[in-house]
Amino acid sequence: MKNKIFLKIVLITIFLIIFLVFYQGLKNSNIYTPNTNIKKDIPLLNVKIFGTNEVIKLKKIFEDDKFYLMNIWASWCVPCRDEHPFLMKIKNNKNIKIIGLNYKDNYKNAKNFLNELDNPYNLILSDNDGTIAIEWGAYGVPETYLIHKKKIIKKIIGPLNEESLLEIKRLFDEVY
Amino acid sequence: MKYIRYLIIIFFVFTLNFSYAQEKNLTNKITKNLRCLICQGQSVYDSDSEFAISLKILVEKKIAEGLSEKQIYGYLKDKYGDWILYDTEFSKNTYFLWLLPILVFIISGIVVLKLFIIKKN
Repeated sequence: MKNKIFLKIVLITIFLIIFLVFYQGLKNSNIYTPNTNIKKDIPLLNVKIFGTNEVIKLKKIFEDDKFYLMNIWASWCVPCRDEHPFLMKIKNNKNIKIIGLNYKDNYKNAKNFLNELDNPYNLILSDNDGTIAIEWGAYGVPETYLIHKKKIIKKIIGPLNEESLLEIKRLFDEVY
Repeated sequence: MKYIRYLIIIFFVFTLNFSYAQEKNLTNKITKNLRCLICQGQSVYDSDSEFAISLKILVEKKIAEGLSEKQIYGYLKDKYGDWILYDTEFSKNTYFLWLLPILVFIISGIVVLKLFIIKKN
């Protein structure tokens, strides 16, 4: 009799543990969902400036206490066209500098892209083999990083939109 | 003298090949344990997506810089989180994952003991 009760309790606890684990597992997304509110230092790298052979230290670019928007883009990327008007809007704000990182692109195509849609960037860097984007923790294009005091304070995956613009404005207003 | 020189050259060619092969093996070993983040269910080694191609180049670069396998995992984990590794390390977030099978094993062992061995006595 005692054994039976013991067995029942054990079975129920095993069942409960397994149920809880699978139930939690069901709720978790099995697609990669990156953490977008991060406080990480910018990577320390030397990067080539777009269209030249000049190499610049990333640390030097983000030296001031200003806000920086680091945007990864490519001429072959369709969502980059969608977000372009938003970058032009941000460009009007003198306190935010926009840095572009041209990802795995052909120089001529990238140049045409900028000529066609206008250039929102204060400075463009180039990433021919995609390794610099990985150093930033990116996994596709477009991706945008908001940087303040040499720290990444916000990561926006995918094209910018009204919502992300408001988010950037909110973070910006917190400081100014 | 001439033969010795030839022997030395042959020796060097073979050792170079060998070290290159070892480097490749390590790259393959590491990239097989990395999950391709945009192509679910594939490792970086298997995938030909832009992300995976770049990551393979990066792993090669890091090996050339002299980073160990563990350091490369740590570096990528810092950027993308545990999710990028297939073989997750034992940590605060994963201890349940690692200990659950052992726990189930112990509990079922107790049940078997209780039911069959103690009953016999």
